[in-house]
Amino acid sequence: MAKNIISFAHKVGAHIVYYIDYVGALTRLFFKTLYWIFIPPFKRQRILRQAFIIGVESLPIVSLVAFFIGVILALQTAYQMQKLSSEIYIANIVALSIVRELGPVITSLIVAGRCGAAITAELGTMKVTEQIDALETLAANPIKYLVVPRFLAFTFMVPVLTMYANLVGIVGGYLICVYRLGIRSSMYLNMTFDSLQIKDVTTGLFKTLIFGMIIAMVGCLEGMRTEGGAEGVGKATTLSVVTSFILIIAADCVFTAIFYFIFP
Amino acid sequence: MIEIKNIYKNFNSSKILKGLSLNIADGETKVIIGRSGCGKSVLLKHIMGVLRPESGEIIIDGKDIAKISSKELNKLRMRMAMVFQGGALFDSLTVGENVGFTLYEYSKLSAREIEHRVEESLSNVELCGIQKLLPSELSGGMKKRVAIARALCVNPEIILYDEPTTGVDPITADSINELIRSLHDKLKVTSIVVTHDMKSAYRIADKIAMLYHGKIIAEGSAEEIQRTNHPVVYQFINGLAQGPITETIDKCI
Repeated sequence: MAKNIISFAHKVGAHIVYYIDYVGALTRLFFKTLYWIFIPPFKRQRILRQAFIIGVESLPIVSLVAFFIGVILALQTAYQMQKLSSEIYIANIVALSIVRELGPVITSLIVAGRCGAAITAELGTMKVTEQIDALETLAANPIKYLVVPRFLAFTFMVPVLTMYANLVGIVGGYLICVYRLGIRSSMYLNMTFDSLQIKDVTTGLFKTLIFGMIIAMVGCLEGMRTEGGAEGVGKATTLSVVTSFILIIAADCVFTAIFYFIFP
Repeated sequence: MIEIKNIYKNFNSSKILKGLSLNIADGETKVIIGRSGCGKSVLLKHIMGVLRPESGEIIIDGKDIAKISSKELNKLRMRMAMVFQGGALFDSLTVGENVGFTLYEYSKLSAREIEHRVEESLSNVELCGIQKLLPSELSGGMKKRVAIARALCVNPEIILYDEPTTGVDPITADSINELIRSLHDKLKVTSIVVTHDMKSAYRIADKIAMLYHGKIIAEGSAEEIQRTNHPVVYQFINGLAQGPITETIDKCI
Protein backbone atom coordinates (compact mmCIF):
# COMPACT_ATOMS: atom_id res chain seq x y z
CA MET A 1 0.00 0.00 0.00
CA ALA A 2 2.72 2.45 1.07
CA LYS A 3 4.71 1.47 -2.01
CA ASN A 4 1.73 2.26 -4.26
CA ILE A 5 1.27 5.68 -2.64
CA ILE A 6 4.97 6.47 -3.08
CA SER A 7 4.86 5.30 -6.70
CA PHE A 8 1.75 7.42 -7.36
CA ALA A 9 3.33 10.47 -5.70
CA HIS A 10 6.46 9.87 -7.76
CA LYS A 11 4.47 9.84 -11.00
CA VAL A 12 2.50 12.96 -10.07
CA GLY A 13 5.73 14.71 -9.05
CA ALA A 14 7.43 13.74 -12.33
CA HIS A 15 4.48 15.16 -14.31
CA ILE A 16 4.55 18.42 -12.34
CA VAL A 17 8.31 18.76 -12.89
CA TYR A 18 7.82 18.04 -16.62
CA TYR A 19 5.17 20.76 -16.99
CA ILE A 20 7.19 23.31 -15.01
CA ASP A 21 10.23 22.49 -17.16
CA TYR A 22 8.11 22.83 -20.31
CA VAL A 23 6.71 26.22 -19.33
CA GLY A 24 10.26 27.31 -18.41
CA ALA A 25 11.61 26.19 -21.80
CA LEU A 26 8.75 27.94 -23.61
CA THR A 27 9.33 31.18 -21.69
CA ARG A 28 13.09 31.02 -22.27
CA LEU A 29 12.58 30.50 -26.00
CA PHE A 30 10.09 33.39 -26.09
CA PHE A 31 12.52 35.87 -24.51
CA LYS A 32 15.45 34.64 -26.61
CA THR A 33 13.29 35.12 -29.72
CA LEU A 34 12.37 38.67 -28.64
CA TYR A 35 16.10 39.38 -28.15
CA TRP A 36 17.14 37.98 -31.55
CA ILE A 37 14.43 39.94 -33.39
CA PHE A 38 16.51 43.08 -32.87
CA ILE A 39 19.95 41.60 -33.69
CA PRO A 40 21.18 42.02 -37.31
CA PRO A 41 21.33 40.76 -40.01
CA PHE A 42 17.67 41.36 -40.89
CA LYS A 43 16.48 39.16 -43.74
CA ARG A 44 12.98 40.28 -44.77
CA GLN A 45 12.78 37.58 -47.43
CA ARG A 46 12.81 34.81 -44.83
CA ILE A 47 9.84 36.34 -42.94
CA LEU A 48 7.88 36.89 -46.16
CA ARG A 49 8.42 33.27 -47.20
CA GLN A 50 7.01 32.04 -43.88
CA ALA A 51 4.16 34.58 -44.05
CA PHE A 52 3.27 33.23 -47.49
CA ILE A 53 3.21 29.63 -46.23
CA ILE A 54 1.17 30.49 -43.13
CA GLY A 55 -1.12 33.10 -44.66
CA VAL A 56 -1.64 32.65 -48.39
CA GLU A 57 -1.42 28.86 -48.41
CA SER A 58 -3.93 28.62 -45.52
CA LEU A 59 -6.55 30.69 -47.35
CA PRO A 60 -8.47 27.79 -48.98
CA ILE A 61 -8.96 25.79 -45.76
CA VAL A 62 -9.70 28.91 -43.68
CA SER A 63 -12.25 30.06 -46.30
CA LEU A 64 -13.96 26.69 -46.37
CA VAL A 65 -14.19 26.25 -42.60
CA ALA A 66 -15.17 29.88 -41.89
CA PHE A 67 -17.89 29.76 -44.55
CA PHE A 68 -19.38 26.55 -43.15
CA ILE A 69 -19.20 27.88 -39.59
CA GLY A 70 -21.16 30.98 -40.72
CA VAL A 71 -23.76 28.80 -42.44
CA ILE A 72 -24.09 26.37 -39.50
CA LEU A 73 -24.28 29.20 -36.98
CA ALA A 74 -27.04 30.93 -38.96
CA LEU A 75 -29.04 27.69 -39.26
CA GLN A 76 -28.64 26.72 -35.61
CA THR A 77 -29.55 30.22 -34.45
CA ALA A 78 -32.56 30.27 -36.80
CA TYR A 79 -33.78 27.02 -35.22
CA GLN A 80 -34.13 28.79 -31.87
CA MET A 81 -35.05 32.26 -33.10
CA GLN A 82 -37.94 31.01 -35.26
CA LYS A 83 -39.58 29.70 -32.07
CA LEU A 84 -39.42 33.24 -30.67
CA SER A 85 -40.24 34.89 -34.01
CA SER A 86 -37.01 36.85 -33.67
CA GLU A 87 -35.20 35.81 -36.87
CA ILE A 88 -33.99 39.36 -37.32
CA TYR A 89 -31.49 38.87 -34.44
CA ILE A 90 -29.75 36.03 -36.25
CA ALA A 91 -27.49 38.63 -37.91
CA ASN A 92 -26.38 40.01 -34.52
CA ILE A 93 -25.69 36.60 -33.07
CA VAL A 94 -23.79 35.37 -36.12
CA ALA A 95 -21.64 38.53 -36.32
CA LEU A 96 -20.84 38.70 -32.62
CA SER A 97 -20.16 34.96 -32.25
CA ILE A 98 -17.86 34.92 -35.23
CA VAL A 99 -15.97 38.15 -34.58
CA ARG A 100 -15.56 37.75 -30.81
CA GLU A 101 -15.03 34.01 -30.53
CA LEU A 102 -15.35 31.56 -33.40
CA GLY A 103 -13.30 33.45 -35.99
CA PRO A 104 -10.22 33.86 -33.77
CA VAL A 105 -10.36 30.38 -32.22
CA ILE A 106 -11.22 28.38 -35.35
CA THR A 107 -8.59 30.21 -37.42
CA SER A 108 -5.93 29.68 -34.76
CA LEU A 109 -6.79 25.98 -34.44
CA ILE A 110 -6.61 25.55 -38.23
CA VAL A 111 -3.24 27.33 -38.37
CA ALA A 112 -1.94 25.28 -35.40
CA GLY A 113 -3.00 22.04 -37.08
CA ARG A 114 -1.76 22.97 -40.51
CA CYS A 115 1.30 25.19 -40.01
CA GLY A 116 2.28 24.53 -36.36
CA ALA A 117 2.57 20.82 -37.15
CA ALA A 118 4.51 21.60 -40.32
CA ILE A 119 7.14 23.73 -38.56
CA THR A 120 7.61 21.11 -35.85
CA ALA A 121 8.08 18.42 -38.49
CA GLU A 122 10.49 20.63 -40.45
CA LEU A 123 12.59 21.73 -37.46
CA GLY A 124 12.40 18.23 -35.95
CA THR A 125 13.79 16.70 -39.14
CA MET A 126 16.50 19.37 -39.19
CA LYS A 127 17.35 18.48 -35.59
CA VAL A 128 17.62 14.72 -36.11
CA THR A 129 19.64 15.13 -39.33
CA GLU A 130 22.09 17.48 -37.54
CA GLN A 131 21.11 20.48 -39.70
CA ILE A 132 20.55 22.61 -36.59
CA ASP A 133 24.02 21.67 -35.30
CA ALA A 134 25.37 22.51 -38.76
CA LEU A 135 23.76 25.96 -38.54
CA GLU A 136 25.60 26.59 -35.28
CA THR A 137 28.92 25.46 -36.72
CA LEU A 138 28.35 27.91 -39.60
CA ALA A 139 28.10 30.71 -37.01
CA ALA A 140 24.34 31.14 -37.57
CA ASN A 141 22.17 31.24 -34.46
CA PRO A 142 19.31 28.72 -34.89
CA ILE A 143 16.86 31.00 -33.04
CA LYS A 144 17.71 33.96 -35.27
CA TYR A 145 17.67 31.89 -38.43
CA LEU A 146 14.76 29.50 -37.79
CA VAL A 147 12.57 30.76 -34.95
CA VAL A 148 12.45 34.54 -35.48
CA PRO A 149 11.01 34.49 -39.05
CA ARG A 150 8.37 31.94 -38.04
CA PHE A 151 7.48 33.84 -34.85
CA LEU A 152 7.01 37.13 -36.71
CA ALA A 153 5.08 35.46 -39.54
CA PHE A 154 2.67 33.68 -37.17
CA THR A 155 2.18 36.76 -34.99
CA PHE A 156 1.31 38.87 -38.01
CA MET A 157 -0.55 36.39 -40.20
CA VAL A 158 -2.93 34.79 -37.65
CA PRO A 159 -4.74 38.14 -37.02
CA VAL A 160 -4.83 38.83 -40.78
CA LEU A 161 -6.30 35.39 -41.48
CA THR A 162 -8.79 35.91 -38.64
CA MET A 163 -10.05 39.15 -40.17
CA TYR A 164 -10.53 37.30 -43.44
CA ALA A 165 -12.27 34.37 -41.67
CA ASN A 166 -14.61 36.80 -39.88
CA LEU A 167 -15.63 38.27 -43.21
CA VAL A 168 -16.17 34.89 -44.89
CA GLY A 169 -18.14 33.59 -41.86
CA ILE A 170 -20.45 36.62 -41.95
CA VAL A 171 -20.94 36.09 -45.70
CA GLY A 172 -21.92 32.45 -44.97
CA GLY A 173 -24.53 33.59 -42.46
CA TYR A 174 -25.73 36.29 -44.86
CA LEU A 175 -26.33 33.81 -47.69
CA ILE A 176 -28.44 31.51 -45.50
CA CYS A 177 -30.46 34.34 -43.95
CA VAL A 178 -31.08 36.24 -47.18
CA TYR A 179 -31.61 33.36 -49.62
CA ARG A 180 -33.14 30.69 -47.35
CA LEU A 181 -34.79 32.48 -44.45
CA GLY A 182 -36.06 35.46 -46.43
CA ILE A 183 -34.45 38.26 -44.40
CA ARG A 184 -33.90 41.41 -46.44
CA SER A 185 -30.28 41.97 -47.46
CA SER A 186 -30.11 45.58 -46.28
CA MET A 187 -31.66 44.68 -42.95
CA TYR A 188 -29.19 41.83 -42.39
CA LEU A 189 -26.23 44.10 -43.16
CA ASN A 190 -27.58 46.90 -40.94
CA MET A 191 -28.14 44.52 -38.05
CA THR A 192 -24.68 43.07 -38.49
CA PHE A 193 -22.82 46.38 -38.53
CA ASP A 194 -24.98 47.90 -35.78
CA SER A 195 -24.27 45.03 -33.44
CA LEU A 196 -20.52 45.08 -33.96
CA GLN A 197 -18.41 47.56 -32.02
CA ILE A 198 -14.74 48.33 -32.57
CA LYS A 199 -14.03 46.66 -29.22
CA ASP A 200 -15.50 43.35 -30.44
CA VAL A 201 -13.16 43.30 -33.39
CA THR A 202 -10.06 44.44 -31.48
CA THR A 203 -10.48 42.00 -28.57
CA GLY A 204 -10.87 39.16 -31.07
CA LEU A 205 -7.76 40.24 -32.96
CA PHE A 206 -5.75 40.79 -29.78
CA LYS A 207 -6.42 37.19 -28.80
CA THR A 208 -5.19 35.95 -32.18
CA LEU A 209 -1.94 37.88 -31.74
CA ILE A 210 -1.32 35.82 -28.59
CA PHE A 211 -2.53 32.60 -30.28
CA GLY A 212 -0.09 33.20 -33.14
CA MET A 213 2.77 33.55 -30.66
CA ILE A 214 1.67 30.37 -28.88
CA ILE A 215 1.59 28.34 -32.13
CA ALA A 216 5.02 29.63 -33.19
CA MET A 217 6.66 29.04 -29.81
CA VAL A 218 5.20 25.56 -29.26
CA GLY A 219 5.91 24.49 -32.85
CA CYS A 220 9.52 25.69 -32.76
CA LEU A 221 10.22 24.38 -29.23
CA GLU A 222 8.89 20.91 -30.02
CA GLY A 223 10.86 20.88 -33.27
CA MET A 224 14.12 21.92 -31.64
CA ARG A 225 13.69 19.39 -28.81
CA THR A 226 13.03 16.48 -31.16
CA GLU A 227 15.08 13.36 -30.57
CA GLY A 228 15.16 9.86 -31.98
CA GLY A 229 14.73 9.89 -35.77
CA ALA A 230 11.47 9.57 -37.71
CA GLU A 231 9.53 8.27 -34.71
CA GLY A 232 10.70 11.25 -32.66
CA VAL A 233 9.56 13.67 -35.39
CA GLY A 234 6.11 12.04 -35.42
CA LYS A 235 5.80 12.25 -31.64
CA ALA A 236 6.99 15.87 -31.56
CA THR A 237 4.49 16.86 -34.26
CA THR A 238 1.58 15.27 -32.41
CA LEU A 239 2.68 16.85 -29.14
CA SER A 240 3.02 20.23 -30.84
CA VAL A 241 -0.55 20.19 -32.18
CA VAL A 242 -2.05 18.90 -28.92
CA THR A 243 -0.13 21.43 -26.80
CA SER A 244 -1.02 24.32 -29.12
CA PHE A 245 -4.72 23.37 -29.03
CA ILE A 246 -4.76 23.18 -25.23
CA LEU A 247 -2.84 26.44 -24.78
CA ILE A 248 -5.01 28.28 -27.34
CA ILE A 249 -8.25 27.19 -25.62
CA ALA A 250 -6.83 27.95 -22.16
CA ALA A 251 -5.57 31.38 -23.28
CA ASP A 252 -8.94 32.05 -24.94
CA CYS A 253 -10.72 31.26 -21.68
CA VAL A 254 -8.40 33.56 -19.70
CA PHE A 255 -8.69 36.47 -22.15
CA THR A 256 -12.47 36.12 -22.54
CA ALA A 257 -12.80 36.23 -18.75
CA ILE A 258 -10.49 39.27 -18.56
CA PHE A 259 -12.44 41.12 -21.28
CA TYR A 260 -15.74 40.20 -19.66
CA PHE A 261 -14.94 40.99 -16.02
CA ILE A 262 -12.18 43.61 -16.15
CA PHE A 263 -12.80 45.44 -19.45
CA PRO A 264 -16.54 44.85 -20.01
CA MET B 1 46.83 24.65 -31.53
CA ILE B 2 43.86 22.81 -30.02
CA GLU B 3 44.24 21.58 -26.44
CA ILE B 4 41.57 19.38 -24.92
CA LYS B 5 42.11 19.02 -21.20
CA ASN B 6 40.36 16.44 -19.07
CA ILE B 7 36.81 16.86 -20.40
CA TYR B 8 33.79 15.04 -19.02
CA LYS B 9 30.38 14.76 -20.69
CA ASN B 10 27.25 12.90 -19.59
CA PHE B 11 23.97 12.35 -21.42
CA ASN B 12 21.36 11.50 -18.77
CA SER B 13 23.01 8.65 -16.87
CA SER B 14 25.49 7.68 -19.61
CA LYS B 15 29.03 8.92 -19.13
CA ILE B 16 30.33 9.50 -22.65
CA LEU B 17 33.60 11.37 -22.12
CA LYS B 18 35.50 10.55 -18.95
CA GLY B 19 38.50 12.82 -18.57
CA LEU B 20 39.51 12.96 -22.23
CA SER B 21 42.70 14.89 -23.04
CA LEU B 22 44.19 15.44 -26.49
CA ASN B 23 46.40 18.00 -28.26
CA ILE B 24 46.24 18.82 -31.96
CA ALA B 25 49.10 20.86 -33.39
CA ASP B 26 48.63 23.49 -36.11
CA GLY B 27 48.61 21.96 -39.58
CA GLU B 28 48.36 18.44 -38.21
CA THR B 29 45.88 15.80 -39.40
CA LYS B 30 44.74 13.89 -36.34
CA VAL B 31 42.56 10.84 -36.86
CA ILE B 32 40.42 9.69 -33.94
CA ILE B 33 39.39 6.06 -34.11
CA GLY B 34 37.01 4.15 -31.87
CA ARG B 35 33.89 1.99 -31.86
CA SER B 36 30.53 3.40 -32.89
CA GLY B 37 28.79 5.25 -30.08
CA CYS B 38 31.85 5.78 -27.92
CA GLY B 39 31.80 9.58 -28.21
CA LYS B 40 33.86 10.51 -31.28
CA SER B 41 31.17 12.74 -32.82
CA VAL B 42 30.41 14.17 -29.36
CA LEU B 43 34.07 15.16 -29.11
CA LEU B 44 33.92 17.00 -32.47
CA LYS B 45 30.76 18.86 -31.38
CA HIS B 46 32.62 19.95 -28.24
CA ILE B 47 35.48 21.33 -30.33
CA MET B 48 32.96 23.32 -32.45
CA GLY B 49 31.28 24.62 -29.27
CA VAL B 50 27.93 23.00 -30.15
CA LEU B 51 28.13 20.94 -26.94
CA ARG B 52 29.63 22.11 -23.65
CA PRO B 53 31.53 19.77 -21.35
CA GLU B 54 30.43 19.10 -17.76
CA SER B 55 34.01 19.93 -16.77
CA GLY B 56 37.39 20.35 -18.42
CA GLU B 57 38.71 22.80 -20.99
CA ILE B 58 38.86 23.02 -24.78
CA ILE B 59 41.45 25.64 -25.66
CA ILE B 60 41.77 26.87 -29.24
CA ASP B 61 44.51 29.43 -29.87
CA GLY B 62 44.74 30.14 -26.15
CA LYS B 63 40.98 30.65 -25.60
CA ASP B 64 38.77 28.27 -23.64
CA ILE B 65 35.72 28.01 -25.91
CA ALA B 66 33.40 27.19 -23.00
CA LYS B 67 34.24 30.56 -21.42
CA ILE B 68 34.20 32.95 -24.39
CA SER B 69 31.14 34.98 -25.41
CA SER B 70 28.87 33.73 -28.21
CA LYS B 71 30.18 36.58 -30.41
CA GLU B 72 33.79 35.45 -29.91
CA LEU B 73 32.74 31.83 -30.43
CA ASN B 74 31.12 32.73 -33.75
CA LYS B 75 34.29 34.59 -34.78
CA LEU B 76 36.25 31.45 -34.02
CA ARG B 77 33.72 29.32 -35.92
CA MET B 78 34.31 31.45 -39.03
CA ARG B 79 37.87 30.05 -39.04
CA MET B 80 36.65 26.48 -38.57
CA ALA B 81 34.37 24.13 -40.45
CA MET B 82 32.77 20.78 -39.76
CA VAL B 83 31.74 18.09 -42.21
CA PHE B 84 28.87 16.10 -40.69
CA GLN B 85 28.45 12.36 -41.10
CA GLY B 86 25.25 12.62 -43.17
CA GLY B 87 26.27 15.91 -44.76
CA ALA B 88 23.67 17.94 -42.79
CA LEU B 89 22.91 19.98 -45.90
CA PHE B 90 19.93 22.33 -45.53
CA ASP B 91 17.01 20.66 -47.34
CA SER B 92 15.26 23.90 -48.24
CA LEU B 93 18.32 25.46 -49.89
CA THR B 94 19.95 24.61 -53.22
CA VAL B 95 23.47 23.17 -53.38
CA GLY B 96 24.83 26.63 -54.31
CA GLU B 97 23.06 28.28 -51.35
CA ASN B 98 24.29 25.51 -49.03
CA VAL B 99 27.91 25.83 -50.11
CA GLY B 100 27.90 29.63 -49.97
CA PHE B 101 25.76 29.79 -46.80
CA THR B 102 28.25 31.61 -44.56
CA LEU B 103 29.29 34.00 -47.33
CA TYR B 104 25.66 34.88 -48.18
CA GLU B 105 24.92 35.42 -44.47
CA TYR B 106 27.95 37.33 -43.25
CA SER B 107 30.34 38.42 -45.97
CA LYS B 108 30.21 41.70 -47.88
CA LEU B 109 31.12 39.96 -51.14
CA SER B 110 28.85 40.53 -54.13
CA ALA B 111 26.53 37.74 -55.26
CA ARG B 112 28.78 37.23 -58.32
CA GLU B 113 31.90 36.81 -56.18
CA ILE B 114 30.10 34.37 -53.89
CA GLU B 115 28.91 32.36 -56.88
CA HIS B 116 32.52 32.20 -58.08
CA ARG B 117 33.70 30.98 -54.66
CA VAL B 118 30.92 28.37 -54.61
CA GLU B 119 31.93 27.14 -58.06
CA GLU B 120 35.57 26.95 -56.98
CA SER B 121 34.71 24.97 -53.83
CA LEU B 122 32.53 22.55 -55.80
CA SER B 123 35.24 22.02 -58.40
CA ASN B 124 37.67 21.19 -55.55
CA VAL B 125 35.45 18.20 -54.76
CA GLU B 126 34.99 17.38 -58.44
CA LEU B 127 31.38 18.50 -58.63
CA CYS B 128 30.52 21.14 -61.18
CA GLY B 129 27.28 22.61 -62.43
CA ILE B 130 25.07 21.25 -59.65
CA GLN B 131 24.49 24.58 -57.88
CA LYS B 132 20.79 24.66 -58.74
CA LEU B 133 20.02 21.13 -57.49
CA LEU B 134 18.39 20.46 -54.12
CA PRO B 135 20.09 18.11 -51.61
CA SER B 136 17.24 15.60 -52.10
CA GLU B 137 18.37 15.20 -55.72
CA LEU B 138 21.92 14.13 -54.75
CA SER B 139 23.35 10.69 -54.01
CA GLY B 140 24.92 9.95 -50.60
CA GLY B 141 28.46 10.40 -51.91
CA MET B 142 27.58 13.68 -53.62
CA LYS B 143 25.99 14.98 -50.42
CA LYS B 144 29.19 14.22 -48.55
CA ARG B 145 31.30 16.03 -51.14
CA VAL B 146 28.95 19.03 -51.16
CA ALA B 147 29.31 19.12 -47.36
CA ILE B 148 33.09 19.22 -47.82
CA ALA B 149 32.69 21.99 -50.42
CA ARG B 150 30.59 23.96 -47.89
CA ALA B 151 33.40 23.57 -45.38
CA LEU B 152 36.05 24.67 -47.91
CA CYS B 153 34.09 27.71 -49.08
CA VAL B 154 35.08 29.79 -46.03
CA ASN B 155 38.81 28.92 -46.37
CA PRO B 156 38.95 27.46 -42.85
CA GLU B 157 42.13 26.95 -40.83
CA ILE B 158 40.63 23.97 -39.00
CA ILE B 159 38.32 21.32 -40.51
CA LEU B 160 36.58 18.61 -38.51
CA TYR B 161 35.38 15.56 -40.43
CA ASP B 162 32.82 13.16 -38.97
CA GLU B 163 33.18 9.80 -40.74
CA PRO B 164 34.00 11.33 -44.14
CA THR B 165 34.32 8.01 -45.98
CA THR B 166 31.44 6.09 -44.39
CA GLY B 167 28.67 5.11 -46.80
CA VAL B 168 30.47 6.05 -50.02
CA ASP B 169 31.94 3.78 -52.69
CA PRO B 170 35.69 2.96 -52.47
CA ILE B 171 36.60 5.29 -55.33
CA THR B 172 34.77 8.26 -53.79
CA ALA B 173 36.29 7.32 -50.41
CA ASP B 174 39.75 7.43 -51.92
CA SER B 175 39.12 10.79 -53.60
CA ILE B 176 37.92 12.18 -50.23
CA ASN B 177 41.10 10.85 -48.58
CA GLU B 178 43.17 12.46 -51.32
CA LEU B 179 41.34 15.76 -50.84
CA ILE B 180 41.95 15.76 -47.07
CA ARG B 181 45.63 14.97 -47.72
CA SER B 182 46.00 17.72 -50.33
CA LEU B 183 44.36 20.32 -48.05
CA HIS B 184 46.92 19.35 -45.42
CA ASP B 185 49.86 19.51 -47.82
CA LYS B 186 48.94 22.63 -49.80
CA LEU B 187 47.03 24.83 -47.35
CA LYS B 188 48.38 23.50 -44.03
CA VAL B 189 44.82 23.08 -42.76
CA THR B 190 44.52 21.51 -39.31
CA SER B 191 42.24 18.49 -39.64
CA ILE B 192 40.55 16.28 -37.08
CA VAL B 193 39.02 13.21 -38.66
CA VAL B 194 36.75 10.81 -36.83
CA THR B 195 36.54 7.44 -38.52
CA HIS B 196 36.55 3.69 -38.11
CA ASP B 197 37.75 3.16 -41.67
CA MET B 198 41.33 2.06 -40.90
CA LYS B 199 42.43 2.21 -44.54
CA SER B 200 41.43 5.87 -44.63
CA ALA B 201 43.04 6.50 -41.23
CA TYR B 202 46.42 5.13 -42.34
CA ARG B 203 46.24 7.11 -45.58
CA ILE B 204 45.56 10.56 -44.16
CA ALA B 205 46.79 10.63 -40.57
CA ASP B 206 49.83 12.40 -39.18
CA LYS B 207 48.78 10.99 -35.82
CA ILE B 208 46.10 8.47 -34.84
CA ALA B 209 44.43 8.52 -31.42
CA MET B 210 42.13 5.79 -30.13
CA LEU B 211 39.09 6.72 -28.04
CA TYR B 212 37.89 4.01 -25.70
CA HIS B 213 35.69 4.24 -22.59
CA GLY B 214 35.64 8.04 -22.84
CA LYS B 215 39.41 8.48 -22.88
CA ILE B 216 42.27 8.47 -25.36
CA ILE B 217 44.04 5.18 -24.66
CA ALA B 218 46.71 5.28 -27.37
CA GLU B 219 48.23 7.84 -29.70
CA GLY B 220 50.92 7.67 -32.35
CA SER B 221 51.78 7.77 -36.02
CA ALA B 222 50.12 5.30 -38.40
CA GLU B 223 53.19 3.03 -38.21
CA GLU B 224 53.28 3.16 -34.42
CA ILE B 225 49.59 2.30 -34.18
CA GLN B 226 50.01 -0.58 -36.64
CA ARG B 227 52.86 -1.98 -34.50
CA THR B 228 50.95 -1.56 -31.23
CA ASN B 229 51.07 -4.06 -28.38
CA HIS B 230 47.98 -2.54 -26.72
CA PRO B 231 45.39 -5.38 -26.80
CA VAL B 232 42.38 -3.04 -27.24
CA VAL B 233 43.99 -1.09 -30.08
CA TYR B 234 45.24 -4.30 -31.67
CA GLN B 235 41.74 -5.82 -31.66
CA PHE B 236 40.17 -2.66 -33.08
CA ILE B 237 42.61 -1.94 -35.91
CA ASN B 238 42.62 -5.56 -37.00
CA GLY B 239 38.82 -5.85 -36.73
CA LEU B 240 38.88 -8.97 -34.55
CA ALA B 241 35.61 -10.31 -33.12
CA GLN B 242 37.44 -11.77 -30.09
CA GLY B 243 39.43 -9.60 -27.72
CA PRO B 244 39.26 -7.27 -24.73
CA ILE B 245 36.74 -4.86 -26.33
CA THR B 246 34.09 -7.53 -26.87
CA GLU B 247 34.87 -9.32 -23.63
CA THR B 248 34.41 -6.33 -21.39
CA ILE B 249 31.07 -5.93 -19.63
CA ASP B 250 31.44 -2.21 -19.17
CA LYS B 251 30.41 -0.87 -22.57
CA CYS B 252 31.07 2.50 -24.12
CA ILE B 253 27.50 3.64 -23.72
